[in-house]
Amino acid sequence: MNTTKGEIQPGVDFQEPHTRQDEESLKGFVERILAEAKRQGATAAEVAAGDDIGLSVVVRSGDLETVEFSRDRGFGITVYLGNKKGSSSTTDISDDSIRESVEAAVNIARYTEPDPYSGLADPDRLATEFPDLDLYHPRPMDVDEAKESALIVESSAESVDSRIFKCDSSRIGAASACTAYGNSLGFIHAERESRYNMLADVIAKDSDGMQRDYWYSTSRNAAELDSPTSVGETAANRALKKLDPRPIPTGEYPVLFDRGIASGVIGHLISGLGGRAQYLKSSYLLDSMNKKIATDALTLREHPHLKGALGSRSYDSEGVATTEKPFVEDGVVRNYVLSSYSGRHLDMPTTGNASGVCNLTVEADLQPIEDILKQMGTGLLVQSLMGQGVNIVTGDYSRGAAGYWIVDGEFAHAVDELTIAGKLDDMFMRLVAFGDDVDLRNSIRTGSLLVESMTVAAN
Amino acid sequence: MSDTQMANPKNQLLDASDITDSKLEDLMGRMMSRQVDRGELYFQSFRNESWALEEGMVKDAGFSVSRGVGARAISGEKSGFAYADDIRPEVLEQTTSAAKSIARQGSGKVAHVEATRDVPMFYGTSDPITSVSQDDKVALLSRIDRFARSLDPRVKEVSVRIAATHESVFIYSSDGISNGDVRPLVRFSVSVIAEQNGRREQGMSGGGGRHDLKWLFEGENAEDFAREAVRQALVNLDAIDAPAGPLQVVLGPGWPGVLLHEAVGHGLEGDFNRKGTSAFSNRIGQQVASPLCTIVDDATIPNRRGSLSMDDEGTPGQKTVLIEDGVLKGYMHDKLNSALMGTSSTGNGRRESYAHQPMPRMTNTFMLAGESDPEEIIKSVDFGVYAVAFGGGQVDITSGQFVFSATEAYLIENGKKSSPIRGATLIGNGPEIMTRVSMVGNDLELDRGVGVCGKEGQGVPVGVGQPTLKVDEITVGGTST
Repeated sequence: MNTTKGEIQPGVDFQEPHTRQDEESLKGFVERILAEAKRQGATAAEVAAGDDIGLSVVVRSGDLETVEFSRDRGFGITVYLGNKKGSSSTTDISDDSIRESVEAAVNIARYTEPDPYSGLADPDRLATEFPDLDLYHPRPMDVDEAKESALIVESSAESVDSRIFKCDSSRIGAASACTAYGNSLGFIHAERESRYNMLADVIAKDSDGMQRDYWYSTSRNAAELDSPTSVGETAANRALKKLDPRPIPTGEYPVLFDRGIASGVIGHLISGLGGRAQYLKSSYLLDSMNKKIATDALTLREHPHLKGALGSRSYDSEGVATTEKPFVEDGVVRNYVLSSYSGRHLDMPTTGNASGVCNLTVEADLQPIEDILKQMGTGLLVQSLMGQGVNIVTGDYSRGAAGYWIVDGEFAHAVDELTIAGKLDDMFMRLVAFGDDVDLRNSIRTGSLLVESMTVAAN
Repeated sequence: MSDTQMANPKNQLLDASDITDSKLEDLMGRMMSRQVDRGELYFQSFRNESWALEEGMVKDAGFSVSRGVGARAISGEKSGFAYADDIRPEVLEQTTSAAKSIARQGSGKVAHVEATRDVPMFYGTSDPITSVSQDDKVALLSRIDRFARSLDPRVKEVSVRIAATHESVFIYSSDGISNGDVRPLVRFSVSVIAEQNGRREQGMSGGGGRHDLKWLFEGENAEDFAREAVRQALVNLDAIDAPAGPLQVVLGPGWPGVLLHEAVGHGLEGDFNRKGTSAFSNRIGQQVASPLCTIVDDATIPNRRGSLSMDDEGTPGQKTVLIEDGVLKGYMHDKLNSALMGTSSTGNGRRESYAHQPMPRMTNTFMLAGESDPEEIIKSVDFGVYAVAFGGGQVDITSGQFVFSATEAYLIENGKKSSPIRGATLIGNGPEIMTRVSMVGNDLELDRGVGVCGKEGQGVPVGVGQPTLKVDEITVGGTST
């Protein structure tokens, strides 16, 4: 952290920015902050520190539109005075800042109230093994190379059809992060990870109006990104397919959530199983442990140790070891999504999910999308959702939607300006098909999901 | 708001790092040396403190500080941008050098950079974090928790949060800006869960603005938010399924102005219109809304959440008429997009922080009052929906489609407000919906100061507002067909 290596240098933008040595110095930095917390009287403390380096290049109209170099450093500390807790965070990594940040956290902890559930993770839950999860694939990438790829994305999108008005932007991003976590129980570990993105944002236009859609590829390994041609063409074809939307009548129809948005639907169920939602009794899945909350056909299991996956991690944000486990098995709740705090509150052990679920995977009888469309017959294939109309307390679901109208299993025409509405508990009971088109771009891994029936309101 | 208060952000941000005026000139000269149209340095420090109560306990609180500089070099439509979380001369050199790598050609003019100019200030500069003691903040949280619970035995959970930020910015750019702004911002929110016969419903309320925290201790300001949250939760306990399909909708005053933010506001931001990708592109001078609608964006209202004495490019905050009597009058601009469109910035160049690039953003966006009595508006509806509180919204600028999600709404039957209905999303097409505004109330209200607007991953505080208004047809996303 104190080295000047890795400062922004035009030309060599992304040449293995983080080394093993960086992990060691970041751990040293965390230890200094923990020592300062002890010096200032904290009875326990935990620190997370990070150093992220990124490059983002946007091309528009055959030329660079934006080049952005990013460097984010900082740390956050939580101190405990017995059961009282205070936190602070800063982007300033100077020695003065360490002292001031610890002071700020300790000052706050004097005013918060004793909370019997607060504190560090139980020592026996802390991770002791750190397998190589294949998360770091540094590679040199400079502005010119990123620009060349982005230009191919753009030209591929714009050459698909004369109705492509514009590739509004094509973006290449690369990021390298080094993070460390340590606590006063003696746990300390650092990791490096990389991430690469390629995105096309495309506008199609005909006499009826304009439609926008996008597509992206993301990976920890730049070599595993989809080709620029495929990203550009996919985005263009999606935008084209939205042109000329036609009305449908308001009614009850089968609704197929496309792979690109299905993870969000699963995410609502996971929110309902969250520890905080449970102990605050603000979940539509309140007290659902070992109860049936979804169709028998659905199992949701997390696989935190998959090599190279976007959601892989060997420990959570409290240092607790992550483990493979089901949250829902044959439609029955087997685990809540717990941190140490919410676990103690609910009188259960932490599940190692203080930082969310890791590679949560839909395990069901996965079918080809063509078969699912046939099974659906006539209904709505939702490609995009809008708005925040999901209430986890009640399970009420009502969101803006656009996509395709399907008749006899075939694409009929685009539809938009719709809402789809239902109750989350009902939607998960009536999940009747699971696509094999699993989207690996998200920490929730699912293919398309077919809900037997929802209310579709149309203009 | 004296001059002595005003002079500080530059010194506060630069003196500790030994950045002198001549160093700034030198950096700007270097940034311009590869002939960019405009170079800009944005120095910012940001301090935030928040306190949260849940389950009757002040459990959690945090303090954060960030401080850094963003350097931007603009050449035509192109921007080079780099930032650093460290304001030291050598880091500044690397940052400016990275930013200028975008531009290999351009005009390369450096304007005479003037000394600090006086701009009208729409809020004070004092630090809201220290405006009341820690003891008082903790005591207030507990008092509001007890108060909310005392209002009704059905109240089962209460969460209360206080947040205060103090931000200082200093902008130095090659077109002659050398100016700073100090921005306080506070926010208070209450969320409750009420239970009746096993059914649980949520109610929320909150507010704030660019002032200090003493406001929360005046009169019953804090208690009023608790009353409102409890009232909403209790109303929702009796909510029935919402209807599905196109209906007449009456929107209450204040926060339901999120309609305007989504239906027209984003579509009138300069970047989409320069690129021709907004549903409102090339429509200046045209009738785009009912003649009853006059909509403005106004950064100059004292102490509002969305107000700005100057924007993040140093342009003074101003009031911009967007739509007048239904006719599209103008867009909201930052410098880059206005220069490319041959006009000038309207003071809408905003950024989340030094680590983000500015773009055209709203400040406080609202519709001016009309002439109808709100009661008369409701009476005019045979069957429809009356929506008074919303969670938030979203828009697709290119197609013009937008949604916003009601958190408190009622049926209107035979001209009377009747049963509360479950939260439902409303969807429409911005340019179409605005032509269907058939009545506008005389009861303009601005929201109480909770809005965060997100665009391209950047969040900024904004205000919205409107009088009661009637839309003749909008699709309601309920479950009852």
